[in-house]
Parts: sequence; structure tokens; C-alpha cells
Amino acid sequence: MSLYATRRRRNSLATTLAWGAAIFGLTWLLLILVALLYEGLRGLSPAVFTQTTPPPGSQGGLVNAIAGSLVMTVIGVAIGAPLGMLAGTYMAEYGRYSKLTAVVRFINDILLSAPSIVIGLFVYTLLVGPMGHFSGISGAVALALLVVPVVLRTTEDMLLLVPGSMREAAAALGAPRALVIGKVAYRAAKAGLVTGILLAVARVSGETAPLLFTALNNQFWSTDLNAPMASLPVVIFQFALSPYKDWQQLAWTGALLITLAVLALSITARALSAGRRKSK
Amino acid sequence: MSELAMESAVPRPAVVDRTKALSSIALLDRIFFQVTRAAAVIVLVILSGVIVSLVHGSLPAIKAFGPGFLISQAWNPVTENFGALPAIFGTIVTSLVAMLIAVPVGIGIATFLTELCPHALRRPIGVAIELLAGIPSIIYGIWGLFVFAPFIQTHVQPGLISLFGDVPVLSSIFAGPPYGIGMLTAGFILAIMVLPFIASISRDVFETVPPVLKEAAIGVGCTTWELMRYVVLPYTRVGVIGGIMLGLGRALGETMAVTFVIGNAHKISPSLFAPGTTISATIANEFTEAVGDVYTSALIELGLILFVITFIVLAIARYMLMRIERKSA
Repeated sequence: MSLYATRRRRNSLATTLAWGAAIFGLTWLLLILVALLYEGLRGLSPAVFTQTTPPPGSQGGLVNAIAGSLVMTVIGVAIGAPLGMLAGTYMAEYGRYSKLTAVVRFINDILLSAPSIVIGLFVYTLLVGPMGHFSGISGAVALALLVVPVVLRTTEDMLLLVPGSMREAAAALGAPRALVIGKVAYRAAKAGLVTGILLAVARVSGETAPLLFTALNNQFWSTDLNAPMASLPVVIFQFALSPYKDWQQLAWTGALLITLAVLALSITARALSAGRRKSK
Repeated sequence: MSELAMESAVPRPAVVDRTKALSSIALLDRIFFQVTRAAAVIVLVILSGVIVSLVHGSLPAIKAFGPGFLISQAWNPVTENFGALPAIFGTIVTSLVAMLIAVPVGIGIATFLTELCPHALRRPIGVAIELLAGIPSIIYGIWGLFVFAPFIQTHVQPGLISLFGDVPVLSSIFAGPPYGIGMLTAGFILAIMVLPFIASISRDVFETVPPVLKEAAIGVGCTTWELMRYVVLPYTRVGVIGGIMLGLGRALGETMAVTFVIGNAHKISPSLFAPGTTISATIANEFTEAVGDVYTSALIELGLILFVITFIVLAIARYMLMRIERKSA
């Protein structure tokens, strides 16, 4: 066989495999979404949003889990996002070339992809152990620790994208450093900063592992932060592994709700950052 | 004298206001600087806090079992005798299965996206893959348990068992009753989960190849395969390996998806069909039920081991990705 034919054959084999890989990957991911819609939509009813998680065999919904998820996510983001933004601000604006920045950046990258169950163990020994019981607030703290690295990373990246000439112009007018950052750099990077926070919300709203032994679960309506608190992911975990058909159905519906929320958040974040890129 | 003259020339109150305003701005400035630096330090403290608390929490287990914990297969809550080997074994085997599937497919997808895909589809497919990377792991878990495992049980496992039944080594790897759940299923679901990561990082590093290099290769008549094999992959090798390590780090620490389908059996079996367990699945399943200090402590020590393993893998990954970033900058 001629060299040319061999090369052509090898090339068409390789490109076919690459096409195959893309189809293979997208197929599985599509299958998951289809199963989710198929199974989840069947259980979607007003009761899901008005009734609390039921004992097996009776009517019920997910309202306490939805509320718990919202409360813990909001508190987690309220603690984690400012911390991440301030640290990111230091790294991009003050200590761009300092040792501290290099170390924090490395550490933060590790935190960004550290197993979330380890964060759960940490919060357990830090809060749950000393307090003596599971609580909503320790769940929120665990989520906050997952918010920090995402927000820190995007804040630093976005502030580094702000052109130095803008800061120089503001400084030349006599604006102090804090105002240059607050009124010029933050404003220029606003879309990026919001994107970071949205991505962080998307990340923590599906987190299960760190909540298992910090907030635990609660079968009843509760907004008491000092008591165990229900959350959608934990309810899904518990209900899906149960032998009861109606619990499993609620787990599917909960899974659909979380996925829709996460996808909506990611798409919004993406649209925001795309809009920014266009305007530049 | 001149000072006096200046003071009388300028209206007094204005001067006072100005210095006051300037000093309050300077104070604000200093405070803002200190606050941001404190935040950066806090992030450092958090990570050290994670390590310290894990070590502290594992002390009772370390005292009770010593280094033997790492190689012991025992797991008996009643006699409080614990060992980490089955969990470590399961973690590594499921991650390896995942990487065996996800690495070639991920690189294939990246190749497809950068070289083969029609331009109009590039962005939508790329975005779809990135969106799917964000789907919570519990979703993969519930799908794996209710849809994928039954499918594997009825359609794939019996076939594999009869296919490899007479082949010497493979017959013990693909052996045992087809439960559906087990190491192979867990590994496959992990593969689907880390696939988007490997694909999108590989695509990103493929895009750092200077167009001149690619044009030169095409100019001398390279096929797409030769372009990838002899130009793009060698140029991006470090970055691709970094991306693979990031995916591996994720697979090692993944909890919920695995917990659903691994079967949770503390034993080491040569068969991929057998139920097993991983470090994170063990912690997720047993932590809230653990009674007694030693049991809890043994689980925390498992967490410490997991953290150390992923820390090493992630550190290597970040180092490699940093190198390619520096090269492209």
C-alpha cells in the first residue's frame, strides 16, 4: 500500500474516532437530561411547593427542603462572597506581585477543587462537634467555604482584566487608592464580579456531601438556624436511596428543580460575561 | 512669617475641612487595604484550618491503629477495628476506570471541537459541554442508580461475563453475579462526570497553539491526525496532562454519584462487577451513624487520606497548567 493511502486511512480513522467521541459524550449527557425531564416532570405538582416532606406512603412536597436550600445558600453566599471578593481585590490591586498573593492563589486553586466532603468534615469538627448538634448555620458555613474560592478566583481574574490606564487616570485626578478600586475598577469589572457570584451560587446549590453532616436534614418546616435544616440535595439523597416509590418520585422532582436552577444560573452568568466581552 | 501670611490669605475653615477630609480618606484607604489583606490571610488560615482539624480529628484513630490503618482490610464497627485499604482500593480503581474512559474520549472531543466541528456548531457544543460540567453530582447519582445500573445489569454485564468467561485474567475481572451496581458502574459514571472537564481544558490548551505552527504543518501537507499527533499534542502535552490530573482529582474526591452506585461493601474483590466502596462514599454513608470516638476518628482519618491524595494530584495539575500558561503568555 502506498504511503499516501496509509496516511489517508489513518487520518480518516482518527477523525472518525474524534467524531465518535463527541457523539458518545453528548449522548450520555443528553440521556441524563432526558431521564431527568421524563422522571421529574411526572411528579411536578403544586403540592411540591406547598407541602413539607412526607413520611412514606402519604402526600407531600418539598417546600421545607426548598426553603432550607435557599436559606443556607443565601447565608453561605453572604458570608463567602464578600470574603472572596476582598481577598481577590487584595491580590489584584494591592499585592499583585507579593509572596502572599502567590501563596493564596495556589491554596485557593487547591480549595477550588478539593473534595467537598472534606470541607464537610472540617465544619463538623469546627462547629457541629463543639455545638453538640447539627444546625442550619453550620451547613451555611460549609457552603460559604465552597463559595470563597470561586468568587476569589473570578474577582482576581476580572480585576486583572481592567486596564491599568483607567486606574492611572483616576489616580491622576487625585482619587485615593480605595476610591480608584471602588469607583473605577469594581465598576469596570462589574459584570465579571456578578458572574463569579452566580457561578458560586450554581456550584453550592447542588452540593450534598458537605451538608450531610453539618445541616443534616429536617422533616418539618424549619427556619431555625440553630436546628437541623432540610435541603434539596440531602432530601434527594435520602429519598432516592429509600425503598419507597413515592419518595423516589419526589427525589426525581427535586433533582429536576435543582438542575433547572443550576442551568439557569450558569446560562445567566455566561450571558453576562458574553455581553461584557462584546462591549469591550 | 510666610506660613502666617498663607494662613491668613486662605479662609480658615476650608483649610481645616480639607485636612480633615484628606485624613479621613487616608484612613479609609488604610482600612480598605488592611481589610482586603486580612481577607487574603483568612483564606490561607482556612486551608491550614482544614488540615489541622483533620489531623486533630484523626488522632484517636492514628493512636489506635498506627500506620497499619493504611493496609488493614478490617472494617468492624462492633469491635471498633478499622482499616482503610478497601476504601483506598475502591477510590483508586474507580478513578482509574474513569480515566481510562474519559481521557481518550475527552481528548477526542477537544480535537473535534478545535479541528473538525463545523464553525457554526463550535460554540453551542462547547457551551453545552461546559454547562453539563456544572450539573450537581447528586443528579449523576440518581440517574446512575435508577437508569444506568439496571441497564448495565440486564444488557451489559451478562454479555461481558459470557464473553470473557474463558479468558484467563479477564474472567476474574468480569466475574460474579451482575448486580448492576459496583466498581465498573461507579467508574463509568465518574467518567461521564469528569469528561466535560477534560474536554474543555484540553480544548482551551489546544487553542493556545500558535496558528503559525498549525499553518506550517498544514502547509507541508499534514493530515488532521498528523497535525494533532505531531504538532498540537506535543506542544500542549503539559497542559493536557494538567487537565487530566484535574479530572483525576475530581474523580478521586467525588462523593454523591459514587455513593449511589458503588454498593458500599468493605472488601477488595478482583471483579469490577463486585460492589466496593470509596473513601468518600464510606464517609458519606457512615459518618452520621458513627458511634464512639474511634469510629468517627477512623472516618476523619479516611478524609485526611483523601485530602492528602487529592492535594498531591491537584498540586501537580496546577503546576503543569501554570507552566503552559506561562509559555502562552
